[in-house]
Amino acid sequence: MANTAVADPESGLTRAQLAQRYGLRVAGERPPLAEYARKLWAYRHFMTAYSRAKVASSFSNTQLGQLWQVLTPLTNAAVYYLIFGVIISQNRHVPNFIAYLCTGVFIFTFTQSAALQGTSAITGNLGLIRALQFPRAALPITVTLVQLQQLLMSMVVLAGIVLFTGEPITFRWLLIAPMLVLQSIFNVGLTMIMARIGSKVTDLKQVMPFVLRTWLYGSGVLYSVKLFEDRLPGWAATALESNPILVYIELARYALLDSAYPEHIASSPLRLWTLAVTWAVVFGVGGFVYFWRGEKEYGRG
Amino acid sequence: MADQTQPAGNAAVVDAGRVPTVVVDDVHVIYKIHKGATGGTTPVSALKRIVSRTNAPNIREVHAVKGVSFTAYEGEAIGLIGSNGSGKSTLLRAIAGLLPPARGAVYTQGQPSLLGVNAALLNDLSGERNVVLGCLAMGMTPEEVKRLAPEIIEFSGINERGDFASLPMRTYSSGMGARLRFAISSAKKHDVLLIDEALATGDRKFRARSEQRVRELRDSAGTVFLVSHSISSIRDTCERTIWLESGVLRMDGPTDEVCDAYENQK
Repeated sequence: MANTAVADPESGLTRAQLAQRYGLRVAGERPPLAEYARKLWAYRHFMTAYSRAKVASSFSNTQLGQLWQVLTPLTNAAVYYLIFGVIISQNRHVPNFIAYLCTGVFIFTFTQSAALQGTSAITGNLGLIRALQFPRAALPITVTLVQLQQLLMSMVVLAGIVLFTGEPITFRWLLIAPMLVLQSIFNVGLTMIMARIGSKVTDLKQVMPFVLRTWLYGSGVLYSVKLFEDRLPGWAATALESNPILVYIELARYALLDSAYPEHIASSPLRLWTLAVTWAVVFGVGGFVYFWRGEKEYGRG
Repeated sequence: MADQTQPAGNAAVVDAGRVPTVVVDDVHVIYKIHKGATGGTTPVSALKRIVSRTNAPNIREVHAVKGVSFTAYEGEAIGLIGSNGSGKSTLLRAIAGLLPPARGAVYTQGQPSLLGVNAALLNDLSGERNVVLGCLAMGMTPEEVKRLAPEIIEFSGINERGDFASLPMRTYSSGMGARLRFAISSAKKHDVLLIDEALATGDRKFRARSEQRVRELRDSAGTVFLVSHSISSIRDTCERTIWLESGVLRMDGPTDEVCDAYENQK
C-alpha cells in the first residue's frame, strides 16, 4: 500500500491508473483536429435540420411571416437608393446604379450578418451547449447555413432587379455560384472567429456595429470603387481593394452587371479571383483551427 | 502488460464483474460568476474602476466542489443528495465535461450526457421538431430518428390531452417541457446518464414511468447519476448514494444508510 490515494484498497491502483486500465478518458477533452472534423461531419444532419428550423422560426411571430425574407432585402435596397441614388445623386458615375448598389448591399449584408450573429453563436445557444455534447463548430456553421438560405432569397430578388433594369443575361452569370461558395467559406471562418471571441469578450457586441459601418464605407458598397483610386494615395487604394468583402462584391458585379465591366470594376478578374480564393482559404482553415482550439471553454462559467 | 499482471492478486477477483465508468479524482471546481449590476452603476464609477485598475467588482469566484473523489461502476444508479448550493449540480457538470476542474481530474467512459431541467431546445418550434433536433444533436442518424420519434412522443405523454406535439414548445407547461426533454434524452443508450432534478416536475404517473426507464438504462450496463431533493425517489431508483455538503463529500454508501443519516441530521 505504497500509494495514499488508492481507489480500490485491494487492487492498490491509484484512481488515475484505474481509469487508464479501463480506457477511461478525461471528461471534456478536446479531440485532435482530424477526429474533430470527422465528428463534425457526422453532425451534418443536425446542422441542416437546425438551420431549417431556425429559418422557419425566425419570422414566426410576424404577420407577414416568411414574406420578410424577400421584403427585408428589398426595403434595404430602396432606402439606400433613396439616399445615394436620388438625394446625393451618385449615379452620374455608374451607368446602372440601382443594380450596382443592390448587388453591393446584398453581398455585404451576407458577410455583415455572419460577423454580427457569429458573436452570439455560442452565447445564444448556452442551453443546448450545457445540455448536450457535440462538436461546437456545428453552431457557427448553422449560423452560416441560415444566412445562406436568406442570401439565396436575396439573390432571386437581385436577379429580378438586375433584369428589370435592363442588364442582359450572359454566361458570366454562372460565375456567381463559385463566388458565393468562396464567400460562404470565408463567412464560416469569420463566424467561427467571432463566435470564439464573442464567447469570452462580451463587450464585442457593443463594438461590432461601429466596425461594420467602417467596413461598409471601405467596401465600395454605396459608391463606385473607382473613387478610392481617384481620392486616396496609391497604397491605401490597393489596401482597400484587397479587402475581402470588396473582392466578393466586385466579383458579383463582374458576374451580373454587363454595364459595369470593365470600367467600374476595381481590378482585373484574375486578381479578384486570386484574392477571393486566398481569403476563403485563410479564413476557412484559420477560423476552424482557431475555433477548435477553444473547444473546451465553450459554455462554461 | 504490467497493468494486467499487477492486480492479479485478490483485487482482480473482487473487481471481476465491476468495470468503472466514472472515476472522480480529488476534483475541485472553481467558477467565476458575474454578480450583475452591484454597487456603482454609473459611467463615472466604471471609469474610476478602469483608471484605478481595481478588478471589476461584479466578478466573484465560487469554490463549489472541494476535493471530491469516488469511483462509479457499470450498472450502478447513484443518487446525489445535499442541501441547496452544496455543489451537486456543479459536480454533475464537471462529470459531463462542461466545467473544467481547477484541480484533480474526471475520467469517464464514452461521453456522459447531462439531462437538466433547463436543457432548453428551441422554444419557438413544435415538440415534434424538437424531438428530431434533440435526437440529431445526440448523434443519431436520420433513420434512427424517424423510427424513434413516435416512441419518444408516446413516452413523454404530451399528446394525452390533444395534439400538443405540433404546438410550439413555449406553449407547454413546465412539467410537459421537462417530460419531453427527459423522453428525448433517455431515448438513446448512454454509457453515463446524469439526471439533474428532471424527474421532479412530472406528475405521479410520469414519475413512475421515468423511474422504470432509469432502471432499464441502468440494466443495459449504463451508469445513472440522479440529483434530487426527493429522498423517496432516490430510495426507489438508486442503490448507492453520495451526500455532498458545502462541496465536500460527507458520506458515500448504500442508499438506505446515507439517506437515514441525511434525514436524521435535520
